Amino acid sequence: MKPPPFDYVAAATLDEVLEALADTSLEARPLAGGQSLVPMLNFRLAAPERLVDLNGIDELSRIEETEDGGLLLGAMTRHSALECDPRIARRAPLLAEAAPFIAHPQIRSRGTVGGSVAHADPAAELPAVLLTLGARVRIARRSRNGESGSRVERTLDLGDFFLGPFFSALEPDELLTAIDVPPSAPGEGTAFDEVARRRGDYALAGVAARVRLDSRGVCDGAAISLVNGGSTPCLMKEAAQTLVGEKPTPEAIEAAAAACAETSEPAADMHASEAYRRHLIRVLTARVVSHAADRART
Amino acid sequence: MSGIGISTRVNGVAWSGEVEPRLLLSDFLRSVVGLTGTHVGCEHGVCGACTVQLDGEPVRACLMFAVQIDGHEVTTVEGLAATTPGAEISVEQLHPVQQALHEAHGLQCGFCTPGILMTAEAFLRENPAPSREEIREAVSGHLCRCTGYHNIVEGVALAAERLAAGGRAADGKDEP
Repeated sequence: MKPPPFDYVAAATLDEVLEALADTSLEARPLAGGQSLVPMLNFRLAAPERLVDLNGIDELSRIEETEDGGLLLGAMTRHSALECDPRIARRAPLLAEAAPFIAHPQIRSRGTVGGSVAHADPAAELPAVLLTLGARVRIARRSRNGESGSRVERTLDLGDFFLGPFFSALEPDELLTAIDVPPSAPGEGTAFDEVARRRGDYALAGVAARVRLDSRGVCDGAAISLVNGGSTPCLMKEAAQTLVGEKPTPEAIEAAAAACAETSEPAADMHASEAYRRHLIRVLTARVVSHAADRART
Repeated sequence: MSGIGISTRVNGVAWSGEVEPRLLLSDFLRSVVGLTGTHVGCEHGVCGACTVQLDGEPVRACLMFAVQIDGHEVTTVEGLAATTPGAEISVEQLHPVQQALHEAHGLQCGFCTPGILMTAEAFLRENPAPSREEIREAVSGHLCRCTGYHNIVEGVALAAERLAAGGRAADGKDEP
């Protein structure tokens, strides 16, 4: 249970990170909070030749309330900051609500938003929560041969970022630098809940929901995402669409929850059968959508 | 693999030297610094036995590398009690959290205890008057195979009472 040897780079600036990742003759991995990567190293499930430590780079841990009413989260924003920072509670209360479900306090001291998203674990809370919020990711790399400028940046809808279990759209020389959370619309409510065997364990299933109601109390926008509801963190577009144009009555919510359970693709493993996970998804979706709708009314 | 130079403080004592990048913080504390109070359990961040404080915040020492504490301060369970350096029995007075866990029978074999103490001390600094439910949440990241947890929760609650009543300050820096 000891990690294999690696070359260690303590980067002080973003440029140093991109420089270290640009040399693709070495298999390099950024080291963010390390709460998923270091266990993989200890188990020798991963053996990168180089680790590029991001912990010394201040600009990656900035949290900004943007002018449009949204939120910019540097990739190194700790889970503990999501839990405690008043700017998060003000601009994206769903993140603050979901953060205490992530593992344990000792993990939240170190674990980061960017690390969780880049890890692309379908069982993680933050990818699902950020999908529900319509977040975008900012990605940077050093210019490759023939490209002008020193740095190339791109942004991507989070919905296009997750390609498979633990597999994202990041290229080996790219770094996820920040996450943009759009502003919440008036009349919008959000909620999160999950079921785990023990407190702090990975959830058997979890659901994040966002519901927007117009002045008549009719839903004019909804988003639902699942934790452990498929092979990637997934947005349940069809199920959410069934709510639009309806008042969030118990019947309408139950129909959306049933659609969500039906179209989900949960896996069976030693912790829960597929049928049990579907059951949890239906119950949790109804609960969370109802809660989000209540919050949208007030 | 060549070493990397680091300068750090462990329980207030400066340490400088070279470490191999892959050396886990838990192994550094035990094998290099010689502080064996930090216990190594699962080595993948589940059991909580190796919990120490990094700049006052509880972290898993098995999920960090020694190179990462360069310029930072680490506190281990050895840093809690008031001690007389060099004495045969150096511990003069247990920290209130240690004393309370002892009195409440919050440990049996004691393997998980150092980690729980480091979490509890940091937790009570943030939340000096916690409910039983909040204590359970705070220590949920620690596995204990002996006690059934009940007396650990009682011990942390007792420590909170003692600290509120003017026990030695939880940062260990103020004398009674």
